[in-house]
Amino acid sequence: MRSRQAQVGQAANELAAGKRPRMSGIARKEAIAGYIAISPWLLGFLIFQLAPILAAFYISSTEWRILSAPEFIGVRNFDKLLFKDDLFWQSIKVTVIYVIFRVPVSAVLSLALALLMNQQLAGRRLFRTIYYLPAVIPLVAVSMMWIWIFNPEYGVLNSFIRLFGVEGPQWIHSSRWALPALIIMSLWQVGTGMVIFLAGLQGIPAHLYEAATIDGANTWQRFLKVTLPMLSPVVLFALVMNVIGSFQIFTQAYIMTAGGPGNATLFLVLYIYRNAFEWFHMGYASALAWVLFVVVLVISLAMLRSSEHWVHYEGRIGGA
Amino acid sequence: MATGNPPRTMKNTIGLPSNRYQLLNWTTRTLIHLLALAGAAAFLVPFLWMISTSLKPMEKIFQYPPQWMPDPILWRNYIEALTVMPFGLYFRNSIYVTVLSVVGQILSSAVVAYGFARLRFPGRNILFIILLATMMLPWQVTMIPLFILYRSLDWINTYYPLIVPNFLGGSPFFIFLLRQFFLTLPLELDEAAKLDGCGPFRILWQILLPLAVPGLTTVAIFSFLWNWNEFLWPLIVLNDIDKWTIPLGLNGFRDQYGTDWNHLMAASFVASLPVIIIFFIFQGYFIQGIATTGAKG
Repeated sequence: MRSRQAQVGQAANELAAGKRPRMSGIARKEAIAGYIAISPWLLGFLIFQLAPILAAFYISSTEWRILSAPEFIGVRNFDKLLFKDDLFWQSIKVTVIYVIFRVPVSAVLSLALALLMNQQLAGRRLFRTIYYLPAVIPLVAVSMMWIWIFNPEYGVLNSFIRLFGVEGPQWIHSSRWALPALIIMSLWQVGTGMVIFLAGLQGIPAHLYEAATIDGANTWQRFLKVTLPMLSPVVLFALVMNVIGSFQIFTQAYIMTAGGPGNATLFLVLYIYRNAFEWFHMGYASALAWVLFVVVLVISLAMLRSSEHWVHYEGRIGGA
Repeated sequence: MATGNPPRTMKNTIGLPSNRYQLLNWTTRTLIHLLALAGAAAFLVPFLWMISTSLKPMEKIFQYPPQWMPDPILWRNYIEALTVMPFGLYFRNSIYVTVLSVVGQILSSAVVAYGFARLRFPGRNILFIILLATMMLPWQVTMIPLFILYRSLDWINTYYPLIVPNFLGGSPFFIFLLRQFFLTLPLELDEAAKLDGCGPFRILWQILLPLAVPGLTTVAIFSFLWNWNEFLWPLIVLNDIDKWTIPLGLNGFRDQYGTDWNHLMAASFVASLPVIIIFFIFQGYFIQGIATTGAKG
């Protein structure tokens, strides 16, 4: 058995002699073991991710009603969705509004909760449990709960609002309030974001706060100049994952509103689902799915790009 | 890793607690406690509302102002809710799917994570970047081709589409989490075992896995949670009522008994109960897992 230094030495000699570094027997064995180890993932990636994405692109160029053979129609599905399908644009509008409101509000709320949980608080563990629990229970059960909470006459929400002498809205039964209702409901599940931010806060070294205090910074200044910059990588990560997740909203709308009233909550994934599995327009549904894929990809990349301007990385000069 | 307690050295976020700061600020601290309590109350109301409703007789449900303490308490709502539809069967189905999926995800993500963390091979970095990139993939783009694939295999209405993919890589989140975990274990362990003539997979099985139990537990409970809660994919591949999992059963229950709020809330509570129990037992692992990967809950 040769030591690693000997291997490196041999590789260096081969490089010096102008040869491509060949793998030693041990290294080759290790590489083979490595490929075997990752092969489940690689196979899964090829079969369940890459191939289906490419297949979806092909299917999107066909008219395919599942029972008959697919018929190639070129870009007609995309032509239809871009120029002739109001429901597609409705689903884009509804989904984008949901994302635009839900992501920032839940980020602020979960950051606020994380800051709160990071204080010297009696019973912190219990509070954290309470805040986080809604994020783990099945979304179907959560949806059932909130249908009843949003009940205009006997639901707990409007009963509460009535205490102030006002009649609350019809919530999920109103085309105007259904989407806000789902956004409000999603804020009940900010626990995940809270935990991510809490972990980020606890990673900020105390000496930075000490230095800032010595320099005369007050609480607010310390938050702006120390906490936020140090937390910005975590914020970026949480925002990107939240945007991606929010674009995939389906269950709540399927169960609580069935996309209504008047398509007010017809989210893109729900519209894809209906086209594919209720109306069996596999080709058109695949075109819609590709739109989802591209939109999510572009927005994620744009967010990652923009991070150069606002994310602070430790040890990089000129950051923040 | 097992406890959810933050490290003792942690400092107050907003400002370092100097003596002056602490002395001065019992009002601030009271305020913080009040805020936390108000928040907790708001977060608890939906649960209390669910439980309260689930124990009420029908006529007390449609009542204003709402009554929080059910009187009389009708425990039999639970029995009725669970017997009008075969919830026992749905539970068994869910457990079957979930247990096999968890096993598949643990095994495959552990092996793959080991490969990425410990074994050197050409292309490792680029493959790992691809793996990370797939975290950002909205999986719905794959659901139509996969449905067609499973249909051609005659797998629709079976549990294969819910289970088999979990044996092939499972989830990039879990692979990432376990890779990070393996990276924290000292490399000398592997080296020593190698000198003793251990092959790479025996090193994984006999040396690293026993040390990685906390990481594997985190994976197991998240995997349990995700598979137990999954709705859209089972909705697509399971048609027979007999095959339904708990979330599908709950959805079906509502289709039939839509306004029996007490029964619906009872069924919803029971559907959540396994997750709530697991959460209370293992909450430190949840916190740790999210903190490491940012995985959704």
